[in-house]
Amino acid sequence: MATTTLSRYADLPALIGLMSGDEKHQAAATSTLDVLWVLYDRVLNVAPDRIDDPDRDRFLLSKGHGPICYYAVLAAKGFLNARTLRHWNRVDSPLGQHPDRTLIPGVEIGSGSLGHGLGLALGTVLGLRAQGRTTPRVVVLLGDAELDEGSNHEAIAVAGRLGMTELTAVVIDNRSASLGWPGGIADRFAREGWATRTVNGRDHAALYEAFTAPHTGHPLAVVARVAPKE
Amino acid sequence: MTLTVPPTVTSQEMREVFITTVTEALDADPRVALVLADISADRFTAVAARHPDRVINVGIREQLMIGVAGGLALTGLRPVVHTYTPFLLERPFEQVKLDLGHQDVGAVLVSIGGSYDAPEAGRTHMAPGDVALLDTLPGWTVHVPGHQDEVPDLLRSALASDERVYLRLSSRGNAAARPVGQGMVVVRAGSARSLGVVVAVGPMLDRVLAATEGVDVTVAYLATVRPFDRAGLNRIVAAAGRADVMVVEPYLAGTSAPEVAVALEDRRHRQRSLGVSRETEVRAYGTTADHDRLHGLDVPGIAAAVRSFFAA
Repeated sequence: MATTTLSRYADLPALIGLMSGDEKHQAAATSTLDVLWVLYDRVLNVAPDRIDDPDRDRFLLSKGHGPICYYAVLAAKGFLNARTLRHWNRVDSPLGQHPDRTLIPGVEIGSGSLGHGLGLALGTVLGLRAQGRTTPRVVVLLGDAELDEGSNHEAIAVAGRLGMTELTAVVIDNRSASLGWPGGIADRFAREGWATRTVNGRDHAALYEAFTAPHTGHPLAVVARVAPKE
Repeated sequence: MTLTVPPTVTSQEMREVFITTVTEALDADPRVALVLADISADRFTAVAARHPDRVINVGIREQLMIGVAGGLALTGLRPVVHTYTPFLLERPFEQVKLDLGHQDVGAVLVSIGGSYDAPEAGRTHMAPGDVALLDTLPGWTVHVPGHQDEVPDLLRSALASDERVYLRLSSRGNAAARPVGQGMVVVRAGSARSLGVVVAVGPMLDRVLAATEGVDVTVAYLATVRPFDRAGLNRIVAAAGRADVMVVEPYLAGTSAPEVAVALEDRRHRQRSLGVSRETEVRAYGTTADHDRLHGLDVPGIAAAVRSFFAA
């Protein structure tokens, strides 16, 4: 099958091109590309044939807009057929501008409205803990502007208090928050008891090191800095 | 001489029954989890000590309370979420819509406070729009018990399912429990030539019975308002003299009017909706009896509405 050959990082632009019509696309969409790739390629314990495995890792795309990189990575990793990408946004397509977990295998949450992923992630960690499952990681991807939503700050405080080692929040920082985050984004997590790493969001080795840094007893926040949104 | 008037509003310990029932469920069923936002947390300290992983108090963070419930459900647990009505549904309404409904997961939301169980607390603690709000979302079951003894069965059936269920508890209700879980039940049948049907929802029953004393109408009781028992209403109306229906609800007036219209779309009918007024915000404290009177939900108010509607 042709799709199996489109499985490398170098194939992502072609997969994205199936949706965007070319290989140029919005900054909001591409800002997540390298983070998503490193997570799915090297960090997350997930596979298309184990989407219902209770011990799988969970990846929650909280920042649901600009999902074409997400769809491209899912296709590269075999969760989606590449041919599905071509007809995204059509009424009969499972793929739209915001992902719907009930339509796409392996997508853990439906998102689009900002500020919902972190709360769902905390509940997921607590649900897994209650079942004695402390192995799975729960990784949530947010945007720096998404942190404007107050719901995140309810979750950041509680995750810190509960020492959620299993939880990782990765914040794509393209400096798009209208009023900014003076002092930096990591500071908001650190003061609530999170371990934090701030890295270049395009540097695969640095991202991998950040995602795998030990942080026992604390949730982990990885701030992935990318070029400012134009 | 002693004048004995039976009470038309009876104090209820629904919250206590809820606490007992959900505590038993937490002990018996490892799927059940309880999410709190400080309200009632002091009543769950013992069970929380036994099941620290499944009794979760997130503090005064109601958006997170619903989000956590959604996450718990995603892992296969059966979350119960409990707080005061406005903080359970109104404040985190988008979480109710997205973190539960859009994720296609279930939870049991249990409110206390009814529409105005604590009128001295003012408007901030009143949420008469709760059922109307849930009506904007698909797939919710809504229980409005009228007696504390109706609560355990409704709660246990909710826990046994994976559905989205709202259990609306009140500190006020009826003198006796009625059958629940079987749709609309006739409490007092009118004649074959009766003037019509009065549907009393949950805590309104005893007031409706008093207000319709001596009037030839059928009085039916309804504790589960969503899904609405359309077939049951149609059948009860068919047995009445006229297809004239009054619905008396303890929350926003007319909340179930669209359901009645659909239930009776096969026949010419009239309907009248009684409930908490939509017209103005009542800026008053006082007692629950005061607010019943202000909204026309005391016995004289309901009786006057019955006279005007069924005399037409």
